[in-house]
Amino acid sequence: MEYLIGIQGPDFVLVAADNVAASSIIQMKHDYDKMFKLSEKILLLCVGEAGDTVQFAEYIQKNVQLYKMRNGYELSPAAAANFTRKNLADYLRSRTPYHVNLLLAGYDEADGPGLYYMDYLSALAKAPFAAHGYGAFLTLSILDRYYRPDLTREEAVDLLKKCLEELNKRFILNLPSFTVRLIDKDGIHDMEKLPVGSK
Amino acid sequence: MALQDVCGLHNPPLFPQWSAPLSRSFMPEDSTHLSGGGIHGEAFSTRLPGRGGLSPLEFYMPIAEYLTESPINFGQTSLSSAPTKLLEIDHLHPSLPSISAAADTRSSCSGLVACPASPKVLPIHSHLVGTTSGTSADCALWKRILARELRLYKLRHHRRLSTGGAAKLLSHMLHPFKGTELCVAATLCGWDGDDEKHEQPITEKHANTPTNQMTASNSSVVRSRSRICGPRVIYVCSDGLRLQGELFSVGSGSPYAYSILDSSVYWGMSVQEATEVAREAVYRATYRDAYSGNNVDLYHVTAKGWRRRERENLKEEYYREKERERARVAERNAEKKAILKSDDGEIV
Repeated sequence: MEYLIGIQGPDFVLVAADNVAASSIIQMKHDYDKMFKLSEKILLLCVGEAGDTVQFAEYIQKNVQLYKMRNGYELSPAAAANFTRKNLADYLRSRTPYHVNLLLAGYDEADGPGLYYMDYLSALAKAPFAAHGYGAFLTLSILDRYYRPDLTREEAVDLLKKCLEELNKRFILNLPSFTVRLIDKDGIHDMEKLPVGSK
Repeated sequence: MALQDVCGLHNPPLFPQWSAPLSRSFMPEDSTHLSGGGIHGEAFSTRLPGRGGLSPLEFYMPIAEYLTESPINFGQTSLSSAPTKLLEIDHLHPSLPSISAAADTRSSCSGLVACPASPKVLPIHSHLVGTTSGTSADCALWKRILARELRLYKLRHHRRLSTGGAAKLLSHMLHPFKGTELCVAATLCGWDGDDEKHEQPITEKHANTPTNQMTASNSSVVRSRSRICGPRVIYVCSDGLRLQGELFSVGSGSPYAYSILDSSVYWGMSVQEATEVAREAVYRATYRDAYSGNNVDLYHVTAKGWRRRERENLKEEYYREKERERARVAERNAEKKAILKSDDGEIV
């Protein structure tokens, strides 16, 4: 029902998430933001079970901020991803597992851009591109076909548009708009909501 | 006594601290009284999980590990008002923003109407109103707990907690119960901001509610901070979902209401229009949904606080509509006859 996508370039990461907050068959909100800002250059995209997403994401967000306050410097994206994974794994075999699927995107001064795919079983993988949700079945092969490690920003946005067009065409659910953000050495940039002209 | 047995308090000597100060507590492992239900066999569960050795006067805070089953398990169906129809419209005239909240009043319990006149829009404090859907008992309890916590916050920090803060508080209080049968879907409609400059909020028809005591204390001087002030509507669900928005409809009749609202609600509508649309939406939902019905309650929240419109019986509206329909059909028939007559006249 929900869709997340991330594409990593040579010096940036492009991420997008749909904007629908649904409750059974009703769309309760059309402009819901599924991205959580962990720090100046790290974004956590979180989908899954209703309350678990916000609870878990806010928990990680506050802990990353706490680390910064205690130690004076920020966690790197790799460290944040592993921290998230550890927490998810700890809760997995408890009485209250969190059923959330995540994408963590960030830019590190030393390592460059990074996109991390995490699922509800706390499997973690660093990938050049990734997607979550039923929409992933339709769009991963487009990414396989057209992705190149040396994409420019415009090319990445075009690739993203291709994926969203496919969703519009073939996905049974109507996902009218997507929030798009780009992370590079200058931080997180909000980009225009896609498709162009959607509220 | 039945209640004593159910709670496992058989031998008064076991509980010498019945009148003891609230802070004393037993070892949780003390389970001599937990087996108290034995006399009644397995008719109902007397294993209130997690009660341990708590004196009955202590407030029961459930520990996550003990929530193996529903905390309230006395073998009766919970009174469910899940099927309600209620909605909030954050209709904003650009200079006079406010919120309209409407709800039906039917509480059902496995196919029967348990109460045709239950209030589903509960005021929490002078500037915050909460609509309830789900299990009636759960909603009533958690609203009261929220009201208590907000009052404590106000006393400690000398300012009202914002609607967003209240929603987050409620959401986090409900989180330990996720996965149990607790069912609360509340929409908090409140006004944030420094209203100390304004006069006392208008509270018609509610002279006896505790809310009045709270409004009286509002006149104390409070530092006004520069933060976003204005109306706020936030949906909180026991699943953990927390959404801020401008228009929500919750309950079993909500799809029927959404269709009316989506076509008629727009930014900049007047209070009268919004009231009309809200009333109409609730009426349509009560028409179609079996679990919604009886009366409609309408609350209006502004900078001065909440105001309540008199409860209206939708039966009248139903008959009025039938009457209108009949009149329309009669008119159409009369027109048709007139046309036929004139045709006959010409042909003949």
